[in-house]
Amino acid sequence: MAFKFTEENTRRIDLARKKYPTALAAIMDTVWIAQEQNGYISDEVMTEIALILGIDKVQVLSVVTFYTMYFTKPMGKHHVQVCTNVSCMLRGGAEIYDEVSKSLGLEHLGVSTDGKFSLEEVECMGSCGTAPMIAVNEDYYENLDKDKALEIIKSLQ
Amino acid sequence: MEKIVLPDIPNFDKIEVYKKHGGFGAAKKAFKMTSDDVIDTVKKSGLRGRGGAAFSAGLKWSFMPKTTDKPKYLCINGDESEPGSFKDRQIFEYNPFQLIEGILITCYAIGAKSAYIYIRGEYHKWVKLMQEALETAYKDGFVGEKMKKTFGTDFSCEIYIHKGAGAYICGEESSLMNSLEGHRGYPRIKPPFPASKGLWGCPTTINNVETITNVPKIIEKGWEWFSKIGAEKHPGTILYGISGHVNKPGVYERPSGTLLLDLINNEAGGVIGNKKIKCVIPGGSSMPPLRGDQLEGIKMDADSLRAAGSAIGTAGIMVMDEDTNLLKVLLRISRFYHHESCGQCTPCREGTGWLEKTLRRLDSGNGTSADLDLLISVANNIEGNTICALGEAAAWPVKFMVDRFRDEFEKYVKTDVVIPVNNKVHSMRNTANPLANIKH
Ligand SMILES: Cc1cc2nc3c(=O)[nH]c(=O)nc-3n(C[C@H](O)[C@H](O)[C@H](O)COP(=O)(O)O)c2cc1C
Ligand code: SF4
Ligand code: FES
Repeated sequence: MAFKFTEENTRRIDLARKKYPTALAAIMDTVWIAQEQNGYISDEVMTEIALILGIDKVQVLSVVTFYTMYFTKPMGKHHVQVCTNVSCMLRGGAEIYDEVSKSLGLEHLGVSTDGKFSLEEVECMGSCGTAPMIAVNEDYYENLDKDKALEIIKSLQ
Repeated sequence: MEKIVLPDIPNFDKIEVYKKHGGFGAAKKAFKMTSDDVIDTVKKSGLRGRGGAAFSAGLKWSFMPKTTDKPKYLCINGDESEPGSFKDRQIFEYNPFQLIEGILITCYAIGAKSAYIYIRGEYHKWVKLMQEALETAYKDGFVGEKMKKTFGTDFSCEIYIHKGAGAYICGEESSLMNSLEGHRGYPRIKPPFPASKGLWGCPTTINNVETITNVPKIIEKGWEWFSKIGAEKHPGTILYGISGHVNKPGVYERPSGTLLLDLINNEAGGVIGNKKIKCVIPGGSSMPPLRGDQLEGIKMDADSLRAAGSAIGTAGIMVMDEDTNLLKVLLRISRFYHHESCGQCTPCREGTGWLEKTLRRLDSGNGTSADLDLLISVANNIEGNTICALGEAAAWPVKFMVDRFRDEFEKYVKTDVVIPVNNKVHSMRNTANPLANIKH
């Protein structure tokens, strides 16, 4: 089925367009809105974005595939991101990633069959002073250790 | 000591509190000055960029053309993706209005009518906080059309927030502009520089969040006051983000030129378990690592750190204790730059891959002494041969870590070489190891 933006989101896209002198510049905002509505950016979504902004679909594709936070496949309801970059690693981030990976039975960018979880090993999230950290969807959980991290995962199960 | 960027005032993120402490007074003052005077004041204050290169802010502004028929733009760099950096988010959270006021003053100085704050995509929460602050400022007439009335000036400007989507490279200024314009975040070849051809081909100034948050105080209290704080050639305070093996990691605002060891031992509560320091990266993961036994007397400002063989970068200080496996740290750093390379330049795209691959070989126990030289040679071949400074960011940690900690890296090297092929003579030619170590 073809993807359509909700009325509310169409309004938001109009507002986003007003921020910039060109329609193309509103693409990142529009892809964010699309991802919020659809969960990921499918081919139909890209068609619709190109249409609504009046740009080429290949421009949408090129942007969507450049940024790591845009998904081109459905991710889990809880997208678990574990930082293993240096400051987190020095305080146990890599072990947390291994534990979380084991407990979810998922590898990097894997999605559970029930669609509930997905896992991502991420680069520095700007929480180095409160490391180690994980993020679930948009929320940060900081100052963790292995047990606390697993507790968070369990509370979502 | 007075804090400039993150004052210890409760609820400073509320506009009433901000106003009660003189908020928006500096903008009012600036709008009565000529724009050249504002630029001159900031130039004389000695304010240098806090985003990495420590370039004079006033000087950068003065590059903007005075007469042009094109619109001018200001970009605020809040991409903050350099590993070890977590300071700009404190400003978004605790002092958003001073950032907004700094943007107003900067726009006035350079003659820009629009400013974009580029915030990394992972910072959902801080994008929202900043958006709310911006809406409040609009509502109360401090931004946009209404500011003409509030400030009694003809000047007005619009501020927008642009949310990134997860790409370290978009912190590089020309990549940031491409990203904002709706392209992939590929860095541009310079020249032309942003001041002549930036956003949409128009004159553009790009500054870091912390840099701009300093501006209102400089206007309010004068350049003499600012120039006397901290290190003479790099004045002001700096938000030092201390992370790793310390008891109290966090962001500490202290004068520039504060002793690195003071920051680690006094502010950040010293190393966990009173262990010795093996290594410190003083400015975010791109900067050359320093040996723990050579930190005495090193001050945290651009010139002192350069003299000490590193750089101030984002002042993100990563502390590693004596038990740290530096090979694993360096491998992680190199993995990062390999992952974040945009792929436009061959030396960076291929070189970062080689660095990671070679470090992996060492980590798996199959590396040789020759691999250590290979690492340095690959790093040297990236440095200076790329479009943007990610090349250096990837090369420096490797080059300096291997060189400065050669003793440690030699420990991870396999000394006896088992020749896997029949042609022994041929294989021997390819190894830098003493022939005596080769098992036949
Ligand atoms: C790979 C790379 C990443 C960068 N990331 C950032 C960043 O996240 N934030 C930032 O302010 N500057 C970053 N910079 C530096 C910017 O290119 C630019 O110099 C800076 O934003 C200018 O602001 P300033 O003069 O106020 O420091 C980065 C540079 C490079 C080469
Ligand atoms: S140096 Fe690396 S990141 Fe920078 S433009 Fe070249 S390939 Fe891209
Ligand atoms: S290293 Fe994990 S948040 Fe910075």
